[in-house]
Amino acid sequence: MLLIPCPWCGDRDETEFHYGGQAHVAYPQSPDALSDAQWAEYLFVRDNPKGEFAERWCHNAGCRRWFNLVRDTATHQIVVQR
Amino acid sequence: MTAHRLPNGGRVDRAAPVRFTYDGKRYTGLRGDTLASALIANGVLEVAPSSYRGRPRGIVTAGVDEPNALVLVDGSLLPATTLELHDGLSATGRSGVGRLTDSTDSVRHDKRYVHCDVLVVGGGPAGLAAAQAAGRTGARTILADERTELGGTLLATKGFDLSWPGLAEFPETRVLSRTTAVGYYDQNYVVLAQRNTLWHVRAKRVVLATGAHERPLVFADNDRPGVMLASAVREYVNRYAVAPGQNVVLATTNDSAYQVALDLIAAGITVSAIVDSRPEPPAALVNQVGVEVITGSAVTGTEGRHRVSAVHIGPDRSIPCDLLAVSGGWNPAVHMFSQAQGRVRYEERIAAFVPDTCPQDLEVVGAANATYELAACLAEGAAAGARAAHLAGFGGGTAPELPPVPAESDSAHRPVWMVEGDETLQFIDLQRDSTVADIRRATGAGLRSVEHVKRYTTVGTGLDQGRTGGVPAIGVIAELLGASSPGEVGTTTYRPPYTPVSFALLAGRDRGELHDPIRRTAMHSWHVAHGAVFEDVGQWKRPHHYPRAGEDAQAAVLRECTAARTGLAMMDASTLGKIEVQGPDAGEFLNRMYTNAFAKLAIGSCRYGMLCRADGMVFDDGVVLRLAEDRYLTTTTTGNAAAVLDWFEEWQQTEWPELRVRFTSVTEQWATIAVVGPGSRAALTPLLPDLDLSAAAFGFMTFRDTVLCNGVPARVARVSFSGELAFEINVATWHGLSTWELVANTGATPYGTETMHVLRAEKGFVIVGQDTDGTVTPQDLGMDWIVSKRKDFVGRRSFSRPDTARPDRRQLVGLLPVDPDDLLPEGAQLVAGGVPLTPPVPMLGHVTSSYRSAALGRTFALALVAGGRDLIGRELLAPLGNRVITATVTEPIFYDPEGTRRDG
Repeated sequence: MLLIPCPWCGDRDETEFHYGGQAHVAYPQSPDALSDAQWAEYLFVRDNPKGEFAERWCHNAGCRRWFNLVRDTATHQIVVQR
Repeated sequence: MTAHRLPNGGRVDRAAPVRFTYDGKRYTGLRGDTLASALIANGVLEVAPSSYRGRPRGIVTAGVDEPNALVLVDGSLLPATTLELHDGLSATGRSGVGRLTDSTDSVRHDKRYVHCDVLVVGGGPAGLAAAQAAGRTGARTILADERTELGGTLLATKGFDLSWPGLAEFPETRVLSRTTAVGYYDQNYVVLAQRNTLWHVRAKRVVLATGAHERPLVFADNDRPGVMLASAVREYVNRYAVAPGQNVVLATTNDSAYQVALDLIAAGITVSAIVDSRPEPPAALVNQVGVEVITGSAVTGTEGRHRVSAVHIGPDRSIPCDLLAVSGGWNPAVHMFSQAQGRVRYEERIAAFVPDTCPQDLEVVGAANATYELAACLAEGAAAGARAAHLAGFGGGTAPELPPVPAESDSAHRPVWMVEGDETLQFIDLQRDSTVADIRRATGAGLRSVEHVKRYTTVGTGLDQGRTGGVPAIGVIAELLGASSPGEVGTTTYRPPYTPVSFALLAGRDRGELHDPIRRTAMHSWHVAHGAVFEDVGQWKRPHHYPRAGEDAQAAVLRECTAARTGLAMMDASTLGKIEVQGPDAGEFLNRMYTNAFAKLAIGSCRYGMLCRADGMVFDDGVVLRLAEDRYLTTTTTGNAAAVLDWFEEWQQTEWPELRVRFTSVTEQWATIAVVGPGSRAALTPLLPDLDLSAAAFGFMTFRDTVLCNGVPARVARVSFSGELAFEINVATWHGLSTWELVANTGATPYGTETMHVLRAEKGFVIVGQDTDGTVTPQDLGMDWIVSKRKDFVGRRSFSRPDTARPDRRQLVGLLPVDPDDLLPEGAQLVAGGVPLTPPVPMLGHVTSSYRSAALGRTFALALVAGGRDLIGRELLAPLGNRVITATVTEPIFYDPEGTRRDG
């Protein structure tokens, strides 16, 4: 049960949040300009590091705001918000 | 007093006899006894025979690590060594395997969620010192201890004043006795099991003072009753004042057994010899005990039938005794530490795995940290407690003064993993009856990993989860594999729970009705009064059908369908998700989300819309109403309402924060009544005096805000999920019941979800989540018309991926069974006609919806079939085990394909 620092509400239990996967994967500006392979990369391929990982969370059962944080996937320590 | 109860000492109340039953026999113990100590007081050391080999077994320990003395009490399998004796207790010995009870656990279990500054786990000397040091700073401190009394090993230490910490004086300190920390999760989230309460604790700092478990020794016939851990013997004698034997031999690899010998002698029990594996044990200890110490030696076997009568030291020496107390060293109880993702390392000097590093905010102190001398335990605990409080913002971090204690010694251990003898009788895990021979068979079969050996031999999988046998097994594996030390083999993974926890405790009050929230519409009481049979849709209770007297479900649904197609019917549609989308950019936002366009939808009009994920797969659908220039009301499927709101918010917040648009769930604010059938216009005319309901004045897919004849404001929409003329009346939830009754008084037949499903399937309208499963595009459903070619939207790019253009994608088709009375089961797999039905048979798809139709006078179905539209007119087979249904593929629309009925 992670203790997640919501930037608006403070530290809350993980059960209040919804996980949003890897951060900084923007919706492509012009999907039509991408090849099928590039579009598939956007749709399906994400990093899976052991260690620090920038990811998205949404405080669903609280303020309902999305935010990013960096979590160490090996230790589950939340490193920093960014 | 019985002969086995010592005349003096102990922490039992000699004035408070307790009567109990064990295996049907009546006994008497004392208040303060465990079941195990009371049995020993009555001369009972032997318990149920072993699970697999039926060998006689006895009480081995005095705590949670007990592998043998398991008893069944009120349906729970518990160690007799931790079971508090109480009047009328009735226990039955079991051979390691419990029996499921078929009665409901009627005890009320609760959960508590608490925060604290410092959590101390374990109330032995180190834990008490830590709790005192933290508690006196005013930090919110919790001390959890699994025993009935605080003190840990101090309870078995003579002459120690246990009132010293004075925890009761600290108002912010809470002491939880009979409370076991069973799970340690991320960021110091610790779950404590206390009888009928499950505590969820989030602590700023944790001090683990979980102590150590003594290890048994492995030799032939080491499972005979009368072989007991040395620390357990000491605890029975000092704490419970019972003598498990009168003539004791001690076998040890370390210093701790010498104190046991001294205490036994002081209690008047004979100690015949100490067998020490070390060639040169500390001379001071040897001189102090004053009994024969056989050095550099190990016990190799025992004699006796149901009780040890002698021990063997090699082939030449035999010593008579009635109790063999063994100490094979100590395992720091690193379970909590390991669950907290701490790493352990092997410490050669004491032959044990000890805590190393951990990413969480915790410290390990005392025996759990392999600190075994009392004075050092106290000092370590006090320092850690003061430090934890300081780091949590309390006190200056200085440890308080500690009571003086006598010096103890802990010189180097010499582990004995394997001795000569019959390996099939050298038991490692008593509960699983696993022996050295089993481990040799595992390593002989090529297994190298301790995890594999564990699973192959089942060592450590019993109720005690390897607390006694785990490390001895690792020692044997190391020797058999020729490893340099057990550290090279490593440990198995420690997983929660530390001790067994009943499901009833984990469930707490979340059982039965309280298991999940129940959502009911405003009209629920009417549905109940009119005999509705309900089904669960998400958390909603929805009427499935309304059987009349003597009607079964099938007859009721056919009657309801007929009413909707030929007369007048009504349905409670309140559960559909409703989201208001507001803001100047609402139209633009919906354009980007839905496959079809909404920006130019006229105010006062409705449009059916479809949502896809970015991969182009259908996610949800529903009708959208445009209420004003900057205001839309979208509807969603009942089960997806929350997911659609999440979806909207995610895209707006994370991709298009520049769009001025916001979302509000209004599902519960509206009650919705669908009034359906050719008779609906006439029936509603008197109810809606301000509206002209004619098709010309009130067109299909438009809505009007109006006032009902009873003065209730309402929004009426001309939408239809049945293909019939229909009006959807929306009123504020608190007017839902009265409005429903108003409509019901027109004579409308109420219908449930099953009739709704049949009616929509006759028209080929899909239900997302039933006819789709996250792998289906709008084109697969034959709904190309809803996919705009003129704007971009989430998912559009995916429609030109090669995968979504495959001709053999599964497509929605209709199915008509050749026998019109045959009902295809939903989920039935479909194969091509004419292929032999001997596996392997290529699967072409499956049935997604299947019903009996009153309007068609026959059964029909919808299905997803590979390349299905090219198969229209062909026959497919649905093999159902004992029979095969043949069905003809059709267009997925069965009734009124021209859509002539919607205007009445």
